[in-house]
Amino acid sequence: MTITSESVSTVSARVDGTEIEIPEGATVLDACRQAGADIPTLCYGPTMTAANACRVCVVEIEGSRTLVPSCSRKLEDGMEITTGSDRARHSRRLVMELLGSASELDRAGERLDRWMTEAGAQPERFGAPGPESPREAPAPGHHHPADPKFAATVAEPAKVEDDLYVRDYGRCILCYRCVDACGVEHQNTFAIAVAGRGFDARISTEFDVILPDSACVYCGNCIAVCPTGALAGKIEWDMREAGTWDESSQEVTRTVCSYCGVGCNLDLHTQDGRIVSVTSPHDHDVTLGNLCIKGRFGWMYVSSGRGV
Amino acid sequence: MDIRALLAGPTDVERAAVDDLLGPPESGWEGGHFTGLDGHVAYGGHAARERRNLLLPALHAVQDAAGSVSKGALGYISERLTVPPAEAYGVATFYALINTGSRSQTLIHVCDDIVCARNGADELKRSLEHELGPPGAIDPGRSWTPSPCLGQCDRAPAALIHSAGAGYRNLAPVEAAALTNLDFEELPTGLIHQGREELRLLHRIGHVDPESLDSYRSSGGYAGLAKTIDMGREGLIAALDQSGLKGRGGAAFPIGIKWRGVADAQDDVKFVIANGDESEPGTFKDRILMEGDPFAVIEAMTIAGFATGATRGFAYVRGEYPVAERRLVHAIDEARKAGLLGPDVAGAGFEFEIEVRRGAGAYICGEETALFASIEGERGEPRQKPPFPTEKGVFAKPTSVNNIETLVAVLAVLEMGAAEFAAVGTERSTGPKLFCISGDVTRPGLYEVPFGTSLRQLMTLAGGVRDGAGVGAVLVGGAAGSFVDAGNLDMELTFEGSAAAQTGLGSGAVIVFDDTTDFGPVLRRIAQFFRDESCGQCVPCRIGTVRQEESLARLTADRPLGGIAEERQRLEDLARVMTDASICGLGQTAASAVQSAFRLGLPGVAR
Repeated sequence: MTITSESVSTVSARVDGTEIEIPEGATVLDACRQAGADIPTLCYGPTMTAANACRVCVVEIEGSRTLVPSCSRKLEDGMEITTGSDRARHSRRLVMELLGSASELDRAGERLDRWMTEAGAQPERFGAPGPESPREAPAPGHHHPADPKFAATVAEPAKVEDDLYVRDYGRCILCYRCVDACGVEHQNTFAIAVAGRGFDARISTEFDVILPDSACVYCGNCIAVCPTGALAGKIEWDMREAGTWDESSQEVTRTVCSYCGVGCNLDLHTQDGRIVSVTSPHDHDVTLGNLCIKGRFGWMYVSSGRGV
Repeated sequence: MDIRALLAGPTDVERAAVDDLLGPPESGWEGGHFTGLDGHVAYGGHAARERRNLLLPALHAVQDAAGSVSKGALGYISERLTVPPAEAYGVATFYALINTGSRSQTLIHVCDDIVCARNGADELKRSLEHELGPPGAIDPGRSWTPSPCLGQCDRAPAALIHSAGAGYRNLAPVEAAALTNLDFEELPTGLIHQGREELRLLHRIGHVDPESLDSYRSSGGYAGLAKTIDMGREGLIAALDQSGLKGRGGAAFPIGIKWRGVADAQDDVKFVIANGDESEPGTFKDRILMEGDPFAVIEAMTIAGFATGATRGFAYVRGEYPVAERRLVHAIDEARKAGLLGPDVAGAGFEFEIEVRRGAGAYICGEETALFASIEGERGEPRQKPPFPTEKGVFAKPTSVNNIETLVAVLAVLEMGAAEFAAVGTERSTGPKLFCISGDVTRPGLYEVPFGTSLRQLMTLAGGVRDGAGVGAVLVGGAAGSFVDAGNLDMELTFEGSAAAQTGLGSGAVIVFDDTTDFGPVLRRIAQFFRDESCGQCVPCRIGTVRQEESLARLTADRPLGGIAEERQRLEDLARVMTDASICGLGQTAASAVQSAFRLGLPGVAR
């Protein structure tokens, strides 16, 4: 069978008054982006099924009572989409304010900074950030009464359990991407899941056992999809804590992993002549940004100083 | 899937509880003893995935027997069902009635929600704190924990008592002494009251033995099913259309359209679900129906199966309703024995079976898509609509979810005839309707009245405000509803009339507050409720409910951040994002009562 351009059916919709034609199966987000609208996204990852959790990408669709998450809503013929209405902008700003009031977002990257500035988001308006708390403890459906002095946060000490990576959940926005990457979307290991409920919901292994005691295979594919730096390689996390991480001075060199015959692309991130992290390109047809423990972490001998 | 189980094993009690539910393990790979035959057997795939829906029943089984779910028990359940332990832990820690830490032999859940708080819950909590220490303190014998509404508001204050190995018991109204010796009689079903007309929904309750199929049949039971079979699928759905019956769970969706949607869906497998996860504060109508007239629920579900072509039904019953669960299970057994369920229902050539599923302490699971997730053994997190349940419901199959009262109202349509049913009420809100009146009234209870009765008339039926006090405000629709003030009591109780008064009937909860009420603590309790019950999936609700509670805490402590006007603006901003951008109805209504209180300027919240 020959697939011709005519055999791809398209749908048409209007985004902020602009007529858009796009292949069937596209999302509202795809249509908005094609129309040139800059819709913020956090939980949405291009290589994954939309988690539809953060709600920062909401837009207005004519006939819909509530706002609609553009990332996970399939585009329908004739939809009238408004991205910049007061209502949609209010919700997007509030979502960013709420996230910023509960989680540390200083490692979430330039994109989020820009969106928050453009939206005029002020996370501090909800009060002074509350102190660290043990996140494992609370029984579902119960919480300590709100303290008028503070805005509750998800702050907790970083979990440093091994030499490979750190889980710094005070930066977590519960976007579900790590869980999905560990599970059905990528790795099929299922070492982590969301536990607890409501504001006490958190990413956890069973009974919060340390990662080495869990099903984790240290592929680091959760790190690859984390949008806020809550999950990071140990070397990167240590350097960021010490203030020596300097992305502007880093070089990225693309190469091929030498461990097996799959031939995954590796991007070696180097700073001052040393490898500081290894990633795989998200737009790579084969890896989709994923690696195994060898590709992602099996390079430390290079800088061990002990020779070959 | 290769399951890496926790190292600890289950205790004998835990293992027996799980095996009792699932049968003995088939192999060493599923938690049994390894034998030579197990060597190279691969498990997984469809067979494993199909067992996932038994996760919550298995957690219940262990919790019931042992009082909590230990590491060893969770590991064993994971192996038996081929569920990753991290996911099983995620599900276990989602539910308030599942304990994953250590706990006492007996755990007393004491309702301190808005209705019980007006009926002595605070004194009760103080006396328990004095006797047993703070909530959750581990005494080997007994401990206590505060609870959201237990659905016993007609006889507040209420408690739910769970003893490991001995099940759940309701107690209401609670005498502190009964919680000490734990010696009390099981409750009768509750108080029901007649409105102006002949009862059409509650007529069997108190007159028919809820544990006898013969008794049910001799009072006209199963006449509806016989009539349905005569009418045929099309005839029945046409009659429902004509009756104007709309869903009583809160969304007011026309049942004829819903059932036709499932009937027309092109799929070999379809489901019917009776939503008995009634958890809206101030609501107890479905409990009384399930406890007092369980066969009616089963009959109406069978009719739904006939109408939609579904061969399987689930009755999802709130975990806090042990009597309702037991009676439904019993009614299903009786109906099956009589050939009214099974491969050939009533000899009419269609198949229908019902399974009861027990909730585990999660308000959100009353939301239909969260309910699907709960049945499937996932965390009770709502799903994006569309696709709608009639197209993709539980197990991604076409599903009709109906509230218990709606199902019982279907029997009323069949009994009265569609035209007569439609003649009751108003043009757009037809038929009889149940209202749960509680709070500061003389005769709290369940009332059946025609749609269109005014709020004032309903309150008069309940004997008016108790102790001769005046009306402060009435919360219509429960925590997710809105306040109506004393000037609006002539509001017509219809879908359209309540919308005009900027409220909604919701679940039919009507909570009356007298004119001495300080609404500050009431709003804080409502805000606390939504914070506790948010599933945590979407940001507007997960964090918005926290910020709303904090803001109200500051306002009521007279410590507004940046002044009262700024605090009010903050609450309004939160209300907008929760209403507009939350995934489901929980977040979308979490600010409704609070905002209505400000709009009305109720005492204690607006200065």
